Amino acid sequence: MTPTREQKIWMYEHMLVSRYLEEMIEEIYMEGKTPAFNMAAGPIPGEMHLSKGQEPCAVGVCVHLKPFDVVTATHRPHHIAVAKGVDLNKMTAEIFGKATGLSGGRGGHMHIFDPDVNFSCSGIIGQSVGPAVGAALSRKLQKKEGVAVAFLGEGAVNQGAFHEGLNLAAVWKLPVIFVIEDNGWGISVPKTASTAVEHNDIRAQAYGIPGHYVPGNNPLEIFRVAGEAIARARRGEGPSLIEIETLRMAGHFMGDAEQYRPKEELAMLKARDPIVAMRTYLMTVDKMSEAEDQEIVTRARKRAEAAIAFAKESPYPRGEEALEKVFV
Amino acid sequence: MTTVTSNVRKQTIARAMAEAIAQEMRADPRVFVMGEDIGQLGGVFGNTRGLFEEFGPERVRDTPISETAFIGAAVGAATDGMRPVVELMFVDFFGVCMDAIYNLMAKNTYFSGGKLSIPVVLMTATGGGYSDAGQHSQCLHATFAHLPGMKVVAPSNAYDAKGLMISAIRDDNPVIYLFHKALQGMGWLGTEPASIVHVPEEAYTVPIGKAATVREGRDVTIVGITSGVHHALKAAEQLDQKGVSAEVIDLRSLVPLDREHVINSVRKTGRLIVVDEDYQSYGVTGEIIASVVEADISMLKSPPKRVAYPDIPIPFSRPMEQWALPNPAKIVAAYESMVK
Repeated sequence: MTPTREQKIWMYEHMLVSRYLEEMIEEIYMEGKTPAFNMAAGPIPGEMHLSKGQEPCAVGVCVHLKPFDVVTATHRPHHIAVAKGVDLNKMTAEIFGKATGLSGGRGGHMHIFDPDVNFSCSGIIGQSVGPAVGAALSRKLQKKEGVAVAFLGEGAVNQGAFHEGLNLAAVWKLPVIFVIEDNGWGISVPKTASTAVEHNDIRAQAYGIPGHYVPGNNPLEIFRVAGEAIARARRGEGPSLIEIETLRMAGHFMGDAEQYRPKEELAMLKARDPIVAMRTYLMTVDKMSEAEDQEIVTRARKRAEAAIAFAKESPYPRGEEALEKVFV
Repeated sequence: MTTVTSNVRKQTIARAMAEAIAQEMRADPRVFVMGEDIGQLGGVFGNTRGLFEEFGPERVRDTPISETAFIGAAVGAATDGMRPVVELMFVDFFGVCMDAIYNLMAKNTYFSGGKLSIPVVLMTATGGGYSDAGQHSQCLHATFAHLPGMKVVAPSNAYDAKGLMISAIRDDNPVIYLFHKALQGMGWLGTEPASIVHVPEEAYTVPIGKAATVREGRDVTIVGITSGVHHALKAAEQLDQKGVSAEVIDLRSLVPLDREHVINSVRKTGRLIVVDEDYQSYGVTGEIIASVVEADISMLKSPPKRVAYPDIPIPFSRPMEQWALPNPAKIVAAYESMVK
């Protein structure tokens, strides 16, 4: 399965949208947080987990999905939300804690919920799995079209929820795909110190489902493997597990000095930027011209800028609105 | 009067906790530490800093993100003669491992007819106020205090933090050790300056189950724990300006709960306000008030008041979160409504 030129451009553009949005968030996040870094200060308070470097996982999977398909994501959700078509303005407003945000400011960046495109996420490690399995079960029971995709980090695979969810999905042969974004680090703990196997695709065998490992953080390879797994699920042939080698270009969260991370690895980050690689690929293989690139870059940047402007201009909720929406 | 500044050794709660654990590890080879990012990183909240360097990876063990496994393992190791100190990074993460905590750790002593001791310390971060939303900001005091079989402590300052940690490690029973992020002394979380106090270098204990009167007063008793104590002290300052003398009690432990200490204070003041950053209903505030009312309702000059977190998940957005949190102004208002 190979992507069309149009699909490749789509992937490239959505990687850019996510990256530009995060670069703008990164800059605004630091407002009010210097010289002393206090997480509570500034226009965007709280934890901020940037996804830069991991964009290929999001676009290579979500390019195969429709709005009716279900995606559950993690505490590091921006790139996946962008690729799944979450309303960018409302998502950004949510990240700023504004009344116009997806949840009126109740959720923030770790709790992005957009029912219009069946996207949700959780700040608790491994808790993307159960809800995706349940959504897949619901589609099967209702004979409704659609598959579910659970994104999780490589650190999450040592949670019970992962193993229980895989078994349940397998035994009930549900249309669900588990996508592990392996960035090599669970905060400060390297994968080698936390996980007993080198690659998690082997764990699929324990549940009798196909397992795939995708090295290289390459959107085209991810496209191929995810496309086959998703098609398989749509045919009613059951779940698959995919582990993708990806790259955490930032700290665990903003403010993380990453002293635990080898200097050689940090020095290599820029050279391993998947967006640069994708641009080079498109220019050489698909003959993308400088002018076409500029057009795409401008379009992506404008979308991000518009979302930031919307968020900035939006009002905050009133304090007492905290009491609303506990129940429907 | 001379001030002997050389004897003052101000420390953050984070440092006091780490120092307590280090001293107990030096004294007792059975003590070891497990948790996420507690090794080389020194704990996300700084309370294991230096331990990895001093004791190495055998006794200071970074774990996978597998709380059910390593808290369950702590129970097994404790049963077999070790004294594990384990960290659940955020108290909010209890959901993935509560069985190990309340069905194993809390009950195995009882199930064994008292034959088995389970000397586990489970330390975990509580509290919000810095816009970390509803899965990273809870206190859950009552959730743990409600379940029999575990002691529960929660310091408001570094002196108590060290003494309670040493008591917890030496205790032959499981102890839940709650530390509030805003009091921890980690700059990136902001820091309550009054939580940074003198901490003696030598090992000492603060008894589990004993409250402390941190400010004496005549007109009203304000009871709190962790952040609530600091709100209460600030409210007491403001009340003092108005000629009202407030007594402030730091519970320090939730299990065992020092009810007598509170009752004796209310007997003197006749008025009671309870402050808690945990959800209001079915919580610490209700338990304290019930304890006083059960003892002697006639000593109350007015109905007691509570200043607690409303019964809602914790919102991310700053205006909503700050509106919902307890603060000194709410305590002062509670007092004023009592005497109107």
